[in-house]
Amino acid sequence: MIRTEALGKTFHSDGKEIKAVEGLTLRVNEGEVFGFLGPNGAGKTTTIRMLTCLIAPTSGHAWVNGLEVGQADPKIRAQLGILTESPGLYERLSVQRNLEVFGRLYGVKDIKGPVERYLRLLDLWDRRDVEAGTLSKGMKQKLAIARALLHEPAVVFLDEPTSALDPEAAKTVRDFIETLCRQGRTIFLCTHNLDEAERLCDRIAVFRQKLIAVDTPDALRRQLFGRQSVVHLARLEERFADAVRKLSFVTGVSTLPGEGGAGKLVINLNDPAGQNPAIVQALASEGAQIQFVNELRHSLEDVYLSLLHPAGGYAKRGHNGQANHGGV
Amino acid sequence: MDHIRTIIGKEWADMRRNKLVLYVILLVPLVMTAIPVAMLAVMRQIPPNQSDLQEMGPMLRNPIFAGMTPSEALQSVMASNLLVLFLMMPLMVPVTIAAYSIVGEKITRSLEPLLATPISTTELLLGKGIAAALPGIIVTWLAYGVFLIFARLFAVTDRVFSVFVDPMWLIAMFVLAPLLTILAVNFAIIISSRTSDPRAAEQLGALIVLPLMILFIGAIAGFIALSSLTFWLTSAIVLLLNVVVAFLAVRLFQRETILTRWK
Repeated sequence: MIRTEALGKTFHSDGKEIKAVEGLTLRVNEGEVFGFLGPNGAGKTTTIRMLTCLIAPTSGHAWVNGLEVGQADPKIRAQLGILTESPGLYERLSVQRNLEVFGRLYGVKDIKGPVERYLRLLDLWDRRDVEAGTLSKGMKQKLAIARALLHEPAVVFLDEPTSALDPEAAKTVRDFIETLCRQGRTIFLCTHNLDEAERLCDRIAVFRQKLIAVDTPDALRRQLFGRQSVVHLARLEERFADAVRKLSFVTGVSTLPGEGGAGKLVINLNDPAGQNPAIVQALASEGAQIQFVNELRHSLEDVYLSLLHPAGGYAKRGHNGQANHGGV
Repeated sequence: MDHIRTIIGKEWADMRRNKLVLYVILLVPLVMTAIPVAMLAVMRQIPPNQSDLQEMGPMLRNPIFAGMTPSEALQSVMASNLLVLFLMMPLMVPVTIAAYSIVGEKITRSLEPLLATPISTTELLLGKGIAAALPGIIVTWLAYGVFLIFARLFAVTDRVFSVFVDPMWLIAMFVLAPLLTILAVNFAIIISSRTSDPRAAEQLGALIVLPLMILFIGAIAGFIALSSLTFWLTSAIVLLLNVVVAFLAVRLFQRETILTRWK
């Protein structure tokens, strides 16, 4: 659905060359929600602008819906929906008129029907006659989303859809994006909100000028941290850790002391579901009192920071120098 | 055509809700029509003296005023010169609107979603240009009509009135005025596409009125004899300039620069 090959963009400003995007090669499949993550200034918006034919790449190629960017731009634009970072509404025009203008520009037939449908869907129908400038931030964002979808595009680009929104408005927008996901549209989502990316995206790419990694959040976790089981013990003793270390499939064990002598064992292994019973058995035979066992799941934030700062020790060590065990 | 119509409709809907623009659209023609009408009314009451006629000497050489009585000549010459104001009228408001058209969209951040639609640059600029030019042209024609009604009442004779509906003025109103407006709007859109400051766009756009001021001052001073030929020639030059400037407007409208360089 979206494909890029060594896509690049270099800007020239005051005699300086600024590489905004370099050698980006990726593929976004039909019906996929693809998260594009990166820090400010990473080149995410530039990438979206290239893929939506707003600016021209300086190197490489990109295809959207089988059409090459730079060769069939008006046709590509007609098939895309875009939610820009700022809603960019016509503030003096009514809510309904805003949608009608864009519906006509996208060539939507019988514009009144789709406009009413989306305004009702986004709870804006009662506000259809008010000036867009008088809407709250959340409502403006919803209106901008409706604008991006009026022509029923197969591919939707969402650039920071919930930034600058209060939690309630952000939730409304996020819920609506979830609805879109279920409709089978291909969604290219740029966001700084990692919980949002975790919840919505099938795959994510971490990007800073260049593509750092791309995969499902779980696969990235496994690649970075392997798989880990956490055993909660009523009393933590070093001999319990030693007993686990003796197991051949265990690749590492660390201890996390808790209050009143309690603590946790964090065990690196390959197959928690298959190997946990042997661990439990080994610990029980040593007399350990096991409270419960669970698999350690690192947050997407851990994944993101580890990828952006591979030398910064996020994967192995936390900010305070302690072993970083995410949500243990 | 649908895209152009949509842009025109959008711009006009926006203008209708912008009271400041509406006031300017109505106020400028009102003042510019009132001046020659007031002059006709006053001069009808005050007979000319010899020094007035001497001052107007070079202007009276224009064949259109040949054989007129001093009273007819004075009223005709003065009102005719002020009719040049009607050529400025369609420029002032459209230039302000057009100068703000692109830079305004950039400031309100509506330009990016707009450029992401399948609209072409030519369609966008045509839509914005027509939306800015038409109100100015229509208001000018209305103002000219209002002037003719009052001229009918205040002209000292039918001969004087006939000067105001002379082919020269019909060419000026119905050929030259629209062409000048289109030129001014094209020019303003170029400025609007190249600057990121709306105030600079409006001030630079207003400079387009200057060449007309030369025509106005030249006519008053008697250096330029207003005639059908003068207006036909000027129209031909302006038409040519329009083709060049319209081409330049499309070439100079750099989507990428506007989106990435303007902050």
